[in-house]
Amino acid sequence: MKLSALTSTFAPMSIEVRNLSKYYGDKPAVDRISFSVRKGEVAGFLGPNGAGKSTTMKIITTYLEGSEGEVFVAGKEVTAESAWVKNQIGYLPEQNPLYTDLYVHEYLEYSGSLYGLGGRQLRERVGEMVERCGLTREQNKKIEELSRGYRQRVGLAQALLHNPPILILDEPTSGLDPNQLTEIRQLIREVSADKTVLFSTHIMQEVEAICDRVIVINAGKIVADDSLSNLLGQKGSLLVAQFGVTIDPELFYDIPGLLACEVGPDNTILFKAESVDLRPAIFKRVADRQLPLLSLDKKENSMEEVFRALTTLNTNPSAS
Amino acid sequence: MMRVFLKEFMGSLHSLVAYIAIVVFLVGVGLPMWVFPETSVLDYGYADLSALFNTAPYLLMLLAPALTMRSFAEEKRNGTLELLFTRPLTDVQIILGKFLAAWMVVLVALVPTVIWYFSISYLGNPQGNLDTPGIIGSYIGLMLLAGLFISLGILASALSTSQVLAFLIGAVVCFLLYYGLDAVADLATEVLKVAFQRADGILLKQLGALYHYDALGKGLLDSRDLVYFISLTALNLFVTSIVTSSRKW
Repeated sequence: MKLSALTSTFAPMSIEVRNLSKYYGDKPAVDRISFSVRKGEVAGFLGPNGAGKSTTMKIITTYLEGSEGEVFVAGKEVTAESAWVKNQIGYLPEQNPLYTDLYVHEYLEYSGSLYGLGGRQLRERVGEMVERCGLTREQNKKIEELSRGYRQRVGLAQALLHNPPILILDEPTSGLDPNQLTEIRQLIREVSADKTVLFSTHIMQEVEAICDRVIVINAGKIVADDSLSNLLGQKGSLLVAQFGVTIDPELFYDIPGLLACEVGPDNTILFKAESVDLRPAIFKRVADRQLPLLSLDKKENSMEEVFRALTTLNTNPSAS
Repeated sequence: MMRVFLKEFMGSLHSLVAYIAIVVFLVGVGLPMWVFPETSVLDYGYADLSALFNTAPYLLMLLAPALTMRSFAEEKRNGTLELLFTRPLTDVQIILGKFLAAWMVVLVALVPTVIWYFSISYLGNPQGNLDTPGIIGSYIGLMLLAGLFISLGILASALSTSQVLAFLIGAVVCFLLYYGLDAVADLATEVLKVAFQRADGILLKQLGALYHYDALGKGLLDSRDLVYFISLTALNLFVTSIVTSSRKW
């Protein structure tokens, strides 16, 4: 199939998962999950280890088959149209497996040839990917000689080689040092400009750095599926006030919109609110009572806290 | 399929494994053919290649699993199988590519022995007095036998996650299929003949590869022997495809 034909295929939903379950024996690794990723979206697939992220990705990429439910890629069912679907997807599996005994350009040429690329077109694409992924100086080395960061680039290059409209990246940044991490994230951001990306991770900062949207999976079930800003906002805001002396929190109990109010260390009081900003009300109360307020900070909900809240509540499978 | 075949075949040429296997094979058949006094053709008195064709199957049952042990076991271990299976290829294309690549290496190993045919032909008295049809039949038998052993080796590799295990399983099964069944059949024939006055032992003997290999070595290309090798090889590859698709269950 021609590349142009592949990329111009219009589909409203790039990835659509409907009631998908996957059992290993009796144990469900993925339990009736549904989600979809729109064209052009960068979705983070978040969850603790063993939550079912990789299993779901393997089913989308046709490596595995779901026990129940359906998966559509660009509108086509993955098991029925697997050959077509495979052409639409660039896949970087977990642990980034590579043929380490091949040279970088040799490996990329082999990968490309499996997608039906050949001759000048293949050489051009390989050259383009080598350049784009920053492998120019490494292309004549054997993959086994490369550092982890460069191997990751090779992994990304092979996933991008046939210019697929959809990228599935399974923990593309695991095991990298902070510099490599930043570089790979930058690369993913660059390539995601014109592609649909589903990428899994358990590193929270990554989601904040790259994604528009977050799908959180825990113990085989989807526990959150929302835009990043909604997810960060929905847990309400947290204010920390520090005073010069110990203050009785009861003084603030009647402030409207306050959810909880408790004493913290070092003469601090923590205020939890739903969605209203409590700061004006607190300042007013402090001024009225002439309390010695030293500071009042708004604590942003970090992705990490949201993740912990979402994935520790429902770890007991019988709970739902 | 051609891509996988080329990559695998070129890969073997780039690695030492194939060369070592080929050298071991040639030395292994060369020694009994020319050097060992008991079997050497020079002291044998008959101008034929029987030393080659009798020894080669036993070396092949080591060579074939050595060439195929990596094919699936190693890729499974490295995770590259996941890459391969998510490419727009069918499982059958991948299996056939790997099968043909290993088979091709064995055929390359067999090529130099063709020279021996001309040597023996030259050394014979009178010159050229050689059972040519028998030798052609034997070569065909050897190629088919190699294909059968390789298909078994690939199946063993698909079933195991370690190369060593794949090699051992492959070698043992090849040996049992070639020699084991034949030996058991001989025993059974005796027992059946003595105890029950029946001659059914031949059926068991026909299950073994040795029987069909010998038959082809007589220079008679019987379709039964060809069907035996081809169908058994195809069966092994088919079972391999079931094994690889079992990941989806």
